[in-house]
Amino acid sequence: AFFWLVSLLLSSLIWFIAVKASDPQDERLQKGLLIFGVMFSVLLQEAFRFLYYKLLRKAIEGLVALSEDGCSPISIQQMAYVAGVGFGLMSGAFSMINLLADALGPGTVGIHGDSQLYFLTSAFMTMVLIFLHTFWGILFFHGCEHRRWWEIAAVVIMHLTVSGLSFCNPLYMGSLVPSYLLMAAAAAWAYLLSGGSAQNLRRFLLCKC
Amino acid sequence: MITFMNNSDSEEEPCNERTSLMSAESPPVPSYQDGLQASEAGEAQAHRKRRAGSSRGPNNVTGGETSGLGVPVRESALENEEEELTLKYGAKHVIMLFVPVTLCMIVVVATIKSVRFYTEKNGQLIYTPFSEDTPSVGQRLLNSVLNTIVMISVIIVMTVFLVLLYKYRCYKFIHGWLILSSLMLLFLFTYIYLGEVLKTYNVAMDYPTLFIVIWNFGAVGMICIHWKGPLQLQQAYLIMISALMALVFIKYLPEWSAWVILGAISIYDLMAVLCPKGPLRMLVETAQERNEPIFPALIYSSAMMWTVGMAKPDTAARGPSQQTWDAAEDGRQHLRSPSHAESQMSETRSPAPTRPITSLEELEEEERGVKLGLGDFIFYSVLVGKAAATASGDWNTTLACFVAILIGLCLTLLLLAVFKKALPALPISITFGLIFYFSTDNLVRPFMDTLASHQLYI
Repeated sequence: AFFWLVSLLLSSLIWFIAVKASDPQDERLQKGLLIFGVMFSVLLQEAFRFLYYKLLRKAIEGLVALSEDGCSPISIQQMAYVAGVGFGLMSGAFSMINLLADALGPGTVGIHGDSQLYFLTSAFMTMVLIFLHTFWGILFFHGCEHRRWWEIAAVVIMHLTVSGLSFCNPLYMGSLVPSYLLMAAAAAWAYLLSGGSAQNLRRFLLCKC
Repeated sequence: MITFMNNSDSEEEPCNERTSLMSAESPPVPSYQDGLQASEAGEAQAHRKRRAGSSRGPNNVTGGETSGLGVPVRESALENEEEELTLKYGAKHVIMLFVPVTLCMIVVVATIKSVRFYTEKNGQLIYTPFSEDTPSVGQRLLNSVLNTIVMISVIIVMTVFLVLLYKYRCYKFIHGWLILSSLMLLFLFTYIYLGEVLKTYNVAMDYPTLFIVIWNFGAVGMICIHWKGPLQLQQAYLIMISALMALVFIKYLPEWSAWVILGAISIYDLMAVLCPKGPLRMLVETAQERNEPIFPALIYSSAMMWTVGMAKPDTAARGPSQQTWDAAEDGRQHLRSPSHAESQMSETRSPAPTRPITSLEELEEEERGVKLGLGDFIFYSVLVGKAAATASGDWNTTLACFVAILIGLCLTLLLLAVFKKALPALPISITFGLIFYFSTDNLVRPFMDTLASHQLYI
């Protein structure tokens, strides 16, 4: 969570400088700068995920060296999951919390002609992002562990895609549906990578031992 | 008592002394690491005594004869285990401190957001005499710096006074002072707080009910904090008084002065704990030399031995076992008198002579808690509360400061595990908190607002 926060800080710093240095009247430029800011932020987030991976790797080596039986009490997969959840929670919290605070106010959503589904779609979008961050954490760490660069590249591209799709808002079909599809794909991929299989799933669902 | 600008300030004096005491008590874990060191030393001594005990023959009640065989093997395994225990319990201690700090912050933020009283400006404390209602920015800055200087010097004077009193063993005076200030906090501030909360939610309460509620709350609080009480209740009371104190600070410190004071106090904390002649360091060292706990009303402890209703110790078994345990007990600073703890340990030792070492470790594991000064709680909550009160980015800024403070606390505990001596808990957390507050408020907020208005997601 802290690492995501730092990445957010740096990316907003860049955006802020860019905005201040440019002409505030030019709408297209502002929009372009915003897009640039978003993309840059995505790249920074992934970079910080990588840095966090490096840090956790060092920590695991330390734990292994210190433990008696040569294996660390917490595995890299667990750490990947936790890292993903941390990123997701932080990004979700930052996206949603002001909205929730405003939701306590007067019921004037969409009164100026904006979409009335604003809160609902924001909630769904945030949820899908949190899940995605979790899965991306697992995929990313797995890719780093086994040195499969294409997995890492896939995560980055997926993230860019989802953020880019959100530019379609308020055309919600364009952003929500593909995001959910991507999430399902990422979920299945992460599940398979973590050692799950169709058989495991069936056994779990039917409550067999 | 000096006159104040506001009627509720008349109680500020002892409370600010208290606060200065509490901020002076920032060395977070004097006993954890010292306990660790001393317990290692104690273990070594215990081993030596056990070896000597086993050579004395089967008269040794502590079960030294059974442990004498395992002693050489245990020595090396013990060091490894100590390190592993340090790490394992290091992580556990981090969690044990996260919960109370989070609770305190939640209480403060919830109050700030709902009760309007604590964000209204109603005068200033005598400790910040310069007003910030000045026409120019430079003048305002100057006034806030002067306010900070006054406040910090008050805190320094109070801390030095306390250390001198402690050195010259004026315990009664110190206890009286602490009791008086916690009385003020528990009764008067709770009364004001309750009054404001009831006003906000427009709930009527008659005076007799109010009297009974506050009387019970305050009396139980006094007993819990200064005498004996269930650990969780004591922790809850300490959290509540920290939150109350933080709220008072948030209300009465002017804007810029508050931020400068936060910065200055972390620098002061750093110096007071680490410099050889620092007052806090002298306090901790004197307490260690005398093998006494630091005052119960100033430190939050997450785990300790607790001996209500202990039967009279078995004096027959106490003889040799007391020697063994004395060494282990010496370094550990419990908040209750060491003799009670010893008696409990000897009680539990005598029925279990066959497993002396594991029970030793179990007991040690139970006792090893982490201690954090109440001043740290207060200043963390002041930072987060001020972020909640004054930031225009509202919740984002508050959340960012919260995460920053927790990460700072993590890092401090990590350093503690590395350095194994009392460390100041304020500097790292407050630095992170300040950086994140200012940057989130000025940089992140416009970015997030723009994103939210276009409903873009990053």
